Amino acid sequence: MPKAKVNGVEVEFEPGMTVLQVAELAGEEIPRFCYHERLSIAGNCRMCLVEVKPGPPKPQASCALPAADNQEIFTNTPMVKKAREGVMEFLLINHPLDCPICDQGGECDLQDQAVGYGRDGSRFALNKRAVEEKAMGPLINTVMTRCIQCTRCVRFITEVAGVAEIGLISRGEDVEITTYLGSAVTSELSGNVIDLCPVGALTSKPYAFNARPWELKKTETVDVMDAMGAAIRVDSRGPAVLRVLPRVNEDVNEEWISDKTRFAVDGLSRQRLDSPFIRENGRLRPATWAEALSVASARLSSAKPERIGAIAGDLQDAESLKATLDLFRTLGSANTDCRQDGMALGAGPRESWLFNAGISGLEDIDVLLLVGTNPRFEAPVLNARLRRRWLSGDLQVGMVGSAADLTYDFDHLGETASALTALAKARSGFAKVLKGAKAPALVIGAGALSGPHGAAVAHAAAQVAKAFGMSWNVLHTAASRVGGLDMGFLPGEGGLDARAMTAKGALDVLFLLGADEIDLSASDAFRIYLGSHGDAGAHAADLILPAAAYTEKDGLYVNLEGRVQMGQRAVFPKGEAREDWTILRALSEHLGKTLPYDSLDQLRSRLFADHPSFGQIDWAPRGQADLSAIGVAGEVGDAPLSSGVKAFHLTNPVARASVTMAECAALAAGPAKLAAE
Amino acid sequence: MSVRRLAANQPDSFAFSAESLKQVKAWIARFPEGRQQSAVIPALWLVQKQQGWVSEPAIRVVAETLGMPVIRVYEVATFYTMFMLEPVGSHALVQVCGTTPCMLRGANDLKAVCQRRFGDRDHLSADGKVTWQEVECLGACSNAPMAAINDYYYEDLTPGIFEQILDEFIAGKPRAPGSVIGRQGSAPEGGSAVLQDASLFDGTAAKALKALPNAEPKTPGKAKEAAQ
Repeated sequence: MPKAKVNGVEVEFEPGMTVLQVAELAGEEIPRFCYHERLSIAGNCRMCLVEVKPGPPKPQASCALPAADNQEIFTNTPMVKKAREGVMEFLLINHPLDCPICDQGGECDLQDQAVGYGRDGSRFALNKRAVEEKAMGPLINTVMTRCIQCTRCVRFITEVAGVAEIGLISRGEDVEITTYLGSAVTSELSGNVIDLCPVGALTSKPYAFNARPWELKKTETVDVMDAMGAAIRVDSRGPAVLRVLPRVNEDVNEEWISDKTRFAVDGLSRQRLDSPFIRENGRLRPATWAEALSVASARLSSAKPERIGAIAGDLQDAESLKATLDLFRTLGSANTDCRQDGMALGAGPRESWLFNAGISGLEDIDVLLLVGTNPRFEAPVLNARLRRRWLSGDLQVGMVGSAADLTYDFDHLGETASALTALAKARSGFAKVLKGAKAPALVIGAGALSGPHGAAVAHAAAQVAKAFGMSWNVLHTAASRVGGLDMGFLPGEGGLDARAMTAKGALDVLFLLGADEIDLSASDAFRIYLGSHGDAGAHAADLILPAAAYTEKDGLYVNLEGRVQMGQRAVFPKGEAREDWTILRALSEHLGKTLPYDSLDQLRSRLFADHPSFGQIDWAPRGQADLSAIGVAGEVGDAPLSSGVKAFHLTNPVARASVTMAECAALAAGPAKLAAE
Repeated sequence: MSVRRLAANQPDSFAFSAESLKQVKAWIARFPEGRQQSAVIPALWLVQKQQGWVSEPAIRVVAETLGMPVIRVYEVATFYTMFMLEPVGSHALVQVCGTTPCMLRGANDLKAVCQRRFGDRDHLSADGKVTWQEVECLGACSNAPMAAINDYYYEDLTPGIFEQILDEFIAGKPRAPGSVIGRQGSAPEGGSAVLQDASLFDGTAAKALKALPNAEPKTPGKAKEAAQ
């Protein structure tokens, strides 16, 4: 490996690294604004100047300079110091001195670096320039006078998000960052430009003027808005969650999160269930816990075991699933299901419902077949990884199902599942591509698996995967789904599934564990809803037990690749609400069937003992599914395979309670409505 | 130069004429498959030829024709000041050079003429016939002061002649472009003043060379040393 000296210290580096990266290897901090590890190199802020020997006797922009063998790099010479001071002085010429009213204050790269590398004053005595504000939609607030034209946002939106909507117009002193004529950015990842912006030019609109970073309690946890389980940091002040930021997790989300993850948090303080409610004469009235639990236990104990059932929702932590499952099994009921959408998976070995290639494994695939999924809406960050893989070349993508703009090109092989059966038999076209593939992957969406023909579609897809030696990857949309399937939150022997439980006259008591995405109109059972938001489930409920949202409880979540991740509590549950598992524990005591755990630790020990896979925190298996055991051969139907996510911004109760998400959804639906008229 | 914005009043639509479209296609064909966006500047230029300026619908049409994001075309159109983002005069687009050589030779007087006759720069005149601008160096410094009117240069101007030329444009009868004092190319005023001695060209001044300038010394020893 080539070697270089950084301030006299020798370091080895990999060929192709830039001077900046080599200096970082040696532990030197190089100030920068435009350079970002995950974006292309622009080299336009000039803040990363260093001195390089051999080379011209002038400072060099280290971010864009390839390191060479036996190079000597200096980052602390007088020349470098003076150069940085000069660049900083130039950058500050047109930067307003409005830090006290700027949302970036306290977490601003320009502020920090001006303190670290700038001089104490400016020699500029003329007028500063001012730039008109730009509209960028309901998420991004702009104060363009603060912009230092690093173009990180332009590069992110173009390269990572894949929708070229932000640009740098005009030139010289007059350049401005803008969208085309002030239209909103349509990417599902647009919020990341707020993190990328090194100054306060692009800030979060919903969070504007809410708090200073040093007032916030930071809690590192995981996201539940989709099944990827992105690493997030929840910033809270007192009882309120104010914002969500991404954390770096190279194996899952790198450092991006979707707009839903970031901006749905205002839903955590709206439509909340803050006390138990009992329906009397058709109206819900607030009640005490003692009342609510006695009503619940009376109903549950008076019904026959086969006439009670539980359906789990999409945002549940593994502990509450486990407690519900244990409670219903203790009561003798086999009617439990965690698949609100009726997904035809759950039997057989664990690999059949996992994303077996792994999220980071997507870097290594060479042919991708998407079946009934729109990864852009179902897991935007995963889609960004697919796009990067596609940009790096030689990735062939095939699609069976409704076509959509995925930000990369694909061969559309057909709308319906019959295209799958045809593909398994075909010799030419995409089948030929699959035949020649070294690491092909099949990604099947929850939408394809959940229709009336779900099992047959799963079988047909598995046959294709088998025929071409593809890895089997299920793209879930529900954060709780893999956890639920892993612990067997499924109908027991002779038990009813979710669909059957909601049928007319099927049950006497239906227990909804945060289940809001299921049609309850036919059900005439006594409905107990345990959840955090007054959404569909609570509206239909006869008894409401208020519980904690994902930011208000410690919990385990299993992401789509089978990675168990631990969520942390950031704030306490609202009002009378309690953590889910404690409610279930209290209910079991009322029923006289006390669950055998008194603390979360005991519950977890029990969970790990019963299902060892939950004990493997932060580890993702890389298995291969037994493809012959997936699904049931049968009629695949002729309905188009479409994504399970119809409206990206409104997939769960938190997002549906969020005003910001409602605005985004209206904006996203706008053009479609116009087209229909 | 100030911040460049699209005009407030825009036409509803734009379509390339058959002739322009043919040329756009010819430009696209010059670049490899998948690199059509390299033709963005010629395409915008053809828009300007056809329309006189670059309108917002035209930016969208160019983006569509070249299969590129509209924001990228917008960036190009706002970057180059030669793309007019507002309608220009029907008879003349006058671009007066205001850079140092022209300024020293009287460009300010030309600008004053324009200001007096057509009002503020970068805007249509009251009758809509003329737009005038001050531009940076157009590269005809030896014939300063000068102005480009529509597609051609008019050089060695004085305020009086400039006004005449403008009148001719407004009347629709422009004169032939070039130096108004009959200067040949960028030769000195009144013709060449040097290299006029006829003997320079009849061979009488030529003398045989004793040695080539900067040739190696002829001393054998030294030549050997140098070779070593």
